Amino acid sequence: MNILQMLLLALFVVYVGFRLLGRRRVASRFARWTLLTLGAVVVLAPFAWLLSAVFKDRSVLNEYIFLPPVGLWSEKTLNLNNFRELFKARPSLTGPVYFWEYVLNSTVYATCTTVFQIFFCSLGGYALAKYEFRGKKALTLFMLGSMMIPGVLLLAPLYKMVVDLGLVDSLAGLIIPGMVGTYGIFLFRQACLAVPNEMIDAARLDGCGEFGIYLRLVMPLVRPMAAAFCLVCFLGNWNAFFVPNVFLHSQDKLTLPVVLNLYLGEFRQDQGVFLAGTTLAMIPPAVLFFALQKEFISGLTSGAVKG
Amino acid sequence: MINSVAQRPSRPQGRPRYKGKAPYVFLSPYVVLTAVFFAVPFFNAIMLAFYETNGPRSRAFVGLANFVFLFRDSTFRRALLNTTVFALVSVFLQLPLSMALALLLNAGAARVKGFFRLVFFSPNLVGQVLVGILFSVLFTPRYGLVNRGFQLVLHWGLETRWLSDPRFIMPAIVLASLWLWVGFNMIYFLAALQTVDKTLQEAARIDGANPWQIFWHVTLPSMRHVVVFVVIMSVIGSYQLFELPLTLLSESYGFGANDAGLTLITYLNYRAFRAGDLGLGSAVGWVVAVIIFFISLIQIRLGRVAEED
Repeated sequence: MNILQMLLLALFVVYVGFRLLGRRRVASRFARWTLLTLGAVVVLAPFAWLLSAVFKDRSVLNEYIFLPPVGLWSEKTLNLNNFRELFKARPSLTGPVYFWEYVLNSTVYATCTTVFQIFFCSLGGYALAKYEFRGKKALTLFMLGSMMIPGVLLLAPLYKMVVDLGLVDSLAGLIIPGMVGTYGIFLFRQACLAVPNEMIDAARLDGCGEFGIYLRLVMPLVRPMAAAFCLVCFLGNWNAFFVPNVFLHSQDKLTLPVVLNLYLGEFRQDQGVFLAGTTLAMIPPAVLFFALQKEFISGLTSGAVKG
Repeated sequence: MINSVAQRPSRPQGRPRYKGKAPYVFLSPYVVLTAVFFAVPFFNAIMLAFYETNGPRSRAFVGLANFVFLFRDSTFRRALLNTTVFALVSVFLQLPLSMALALLLNAGAARVKGFFRLVFFSPNLVGQVLVGILFSVLFTPRYGLVNRGFQLVLHWGLETRWLSDPRFIMPAIVLASLWLWVGFNMIYFLAALQTVDKTLQEAARIDGANPWQIFWHVTLPSMRHVVVFVVIMSVIGSYQLFELPLTLLSESYGFGANDAGLTLITYLNYRAFRAGDLGLGSAVGWVVAVIIFFISLIQIRLGRVAEED
């Protein structure tokens, strides 16, 4: 019997002990926190493994589950070789390519798409929420219907369209089709509905232009939704694989998920390298998530729980 | 205000109507982009399924031959079966787990709740591709974290070839997907649990209902909207599973030994973008779309029936 099994058994014995002593409330509380903690350990273990794996030398990668014992820490067991190897120039058909180019591609793609999405979706959502105009009903119906169509169905013809427009194998070909989305428009419409009509009317009487009302009055009021949407959008594009994998061909134009998938095969004998790349790719989403955590959770669930 | 409402019921806000062009201008980016990158591809998608194509430029009309080919192709039927199995597992294993976690967490203090919520949600930041890459190493026989973990707790599985033994490929995909998505659905259930009327649960408890009965007859029915929403979302998501098996089984482009990990979208990706037949790919897309449409319809119906009870 090993330590882990003994620990699990001890926890179970404590629980049964509380039950036998008739302390049911304490027992159920104990069980609740034990289960949650065990769950958290299971969820965090792969991250801990990854963080220790990328600093281990390839000679000891499989020797220890996590880090080697402190006494054995040295340049031979723990070093930055994986990252050094990752950032080395690699030959391709278009000349040497560096890992930071993929980081740059992913950053440009995710950032541009997110900025355009926030601008166009908030503009459209505001128009749907606060204006009466001819064709509004038809447009809303069309949007609801279009959300039923799974994106995969459109991928092949969309690819053809992007080829016809001459945008294939460029970041523009990824960014332009993704600049606006029905989901985002509906989210912003929901948020704009809460803006009081009196404020908009007052601004209009004071001579504020329609775009000015949107920019100076409505946008500041829907900022929490914009923050949540910013995170959803950035995460979605940063982690996007299917579309970039189909649309991009040249090595120097690829984004991180596409490249890391290729590295799986390329570095089969040297797993530390693509694991190091994977770790780096996780940092921007994590930073953004910690910054916007509160808005994110409420934004994510607002549509579902209210509806 | 009240007068104007009475006189003109068609305009309940009772304020001067804006007559300018602003809404059209504001919506024009959406309309233009959607026309080019949604409407036209959508009509092409209808057409394309009836053509045999070789790359994006050459095509020949073949009528229903693509669909006939699909249903005669045993590989496609295997993909359909695998994907359906995965969808069933998502609904009957992943969602109950999410619900259990949400129930455990719901009683906790706000700060502790926030911490665990963050932990359980964290795999979602990473996305399917990175999770697939990470787990392709965690499932290594003898050395992988999953194999070592099973060995430590259950004395089983150190040498299990999760990603090359056809019997274990689907369980491996399910394990990785549980790690990725249990926390995601938990967020929805947790938010819904907070809207459930506490007095109803209290009344049931005083009437002598046990915790299980309270959950089944009071809590679950009062959050059925969210449950239906989450079930639909996860079935739709399951039928579009692709990146996780692709990266887990990268040596065989996501097919796995004996096609044990093949999903519908992996098949679509292979047919359309590796073999170059966009028409056949479109036909697969239609099959997926129709499946998703009918399953959503059935679930919305079931949700309504539950409401009338």
